[in-house]
Amino acid sequence: MGVAGSCVAVAFRLPTYWCSPNFAFLMLDGVRKALDQLSWSPAYRVRLHDHMFAEEVNRGIEDGKTFGDIFAGLAGDEDIGALRETFNMKAFKRRQEAVLLALRKQRLTDREILGMDLAAYDVARLGSGDAASRKARYRAALVERFPARKQGDAVFVTWEGRQIPSEALDAYLAELRAVRINMEFNGALCRGLKQARYKELDVIDGEPTLVDFIMDRVPERNAPAT
Amino acid sequence: MYRTPEGKDIFVVDGHTHFWDGSPENQKNIHGKQFIDCFYAYHTGLSPKEQLWEKGKFEKYSADDLYRDLFIDGPDDVAIVQSTYLKDFYKNGFNTIERNAEVAKRYPERFIVNGAFDPRDGEKALEYIHFLKETYDVKGVKMYTAEWNGASKGWKLTDPDAYKCFELCEKLGIKNIHVHKGPTIIPLSKDAFDVHDVDHAATDFQGLNWIIEHCGLPRLDDFCWIATQETNVYGGLAVALPFIHSRPRYFGEVIGELLFWLGPEKILFGSDYAIWTPRWLVEKFWAYQIPQDIAAERGVQLTDEIKEKILGLNAARLYNIDVEAKKKALAKSPFSIAAE
Repeated sequence: MGVAGSCVAVAFRLPTYWCSPNFAFLMLDGVRKALDQLSWSPAYRVRLHDHMFAEEVNRGIEDGKTFGDIFAGLAGDEDIGALRETFNMKAFKRRQEAVLLALRKQRLTDREILGMDLAAYDVARLGSGDAASRKARYRAALVERFPARKQGDAVFVTWEGRQIPSEALDAYLAELRAVRINMEFNGALCRGLKQARYKELDVIDGEPTLVDFIMDRVPERNAPAT
Repeated sequence: MYRTPEGKDIFVVDGHTHFWDGSPENQKNIHGKQFIDCFYAYHTGLSPKEQLWEKGKFEKYSADDLYRDLFIDGPDDVAIVQSTYLKDFYKNGFNTIERNAEVAKRYPERFIVNGAFDPRDGEKALEYIHFLKETYDVKGVKMYTAEWNGASKGWKLTDPDAYKCFELCEKLGIKNIHVHKGPTIIPLSKDAFDVHDVDHAATDFQGLNWIIEHCGLPRLDDFCWIATQETNVYGGLAVALPFIHSRPRYFGEVIGELLFWLGPEKILFGSDYAIWTPRWLVEKFWAYQIPQDIAAERGVQLTDEIKEKILGLNAARLYNIDVEAKKKALAKSPFSIAAE
């Protein structure tokens, strides 16, 4: 990303040359939204690099086309709005599972957990560090999904907004676990692929490791690290 | 043969191996370069660092490398070599059956060579299946439903043209249909990841075995559901297994789900050589235990007996390998002598 005067240039890239272009488009859309929210309304240019459809995407963006316009001939009936919704749902479930499991670890009963309202959730202790940030992340996902949620409303509901009976919690958690297993596969794989593709340094104790030398990912002295 | 630290010999069938040429000389275009680069990223992303290969060797390794990595340094008794043509990307193809058959010729008792076809070729696909049977006597094929072909950006196992091909396979005794359902290249449409066509095809072709490579990941739950309903659907562990090194707990969750839903008889080992080599995978798998909380939650265990099934006995059943007879025959093979 570069800023020159009142102009912003954003470049982005994906873990592989083959990644689904709809992912690229979702990211692009997110970048555009973030830029549009800036108080100083900069002019901007966003470009996708190193992708089999980079040219099509970049040209489409500059012409102000929608995803459907750019990929109509290729992607068929792909509905980018529905895809975004799917991602939001998965994020909701993933974050919800993390706090449900953490609350069970705190030895709360299933009934106590599922009976929590937003006010009780906000004062519940889940520990510091990662646990605290997971708690905040679920709250954000909940409020994004249900903007009208009030202090006295239940904090653990399904994505569709239904209450979860305490006797059904095990089965419900099994469903959330399946979502997590699928997401973790993509997450771990894609992070690994991106790191390998762009020869990102795996620095241990501030020094590149033997692997980095074998992989030729150590920049020459004085060269800026990527 | 894998000899365990306790001194037990385990029969190993490697269900998913390749003998490819992804070298720059063979690349037809940028896609060919990016394809092998992507494989190499899988290799570097998930291998233990002492197992890393240099790029040049990874792009094109020799037949001797393959024999050594699978059978001398490696524990494989039998390797199934899958064919992946990719003639749009590579001048001579990436991993054609001709290339595979050539490498298998020297040690036919060690290899099972599988074919591949594209149902969208219509009549030509049917002719090609006859050719595969007559020329190579194939027992299995590898299908890649996300592959492009002309205007088509992928196909389904349930397409009418595909059904004609599977009818022919059944008639000719090509019983093992390996289907790539996993991380995929050019996944333009979400259908490229979808596993539901397996459900219908497996119901309609009870006489065929459907081996779903990569277990449908990242659609593990859908795959497990289907494989539970269909007695003739199996899961191949290629790509899932290397997580045993980088994310052992995560591997425990995957194998826990597979054991819970499919049971120990329907999971098949595959190294995906040369993306990964079988030795470290088998060693780590043998030493592996599912973390206690996951095992307790799912009520499953990965016992030695189950590991033995996954490593070889299950695939032996699908490919009609008489394990005891094979062990005896292989004891006299040059590799066994070289390994001593």
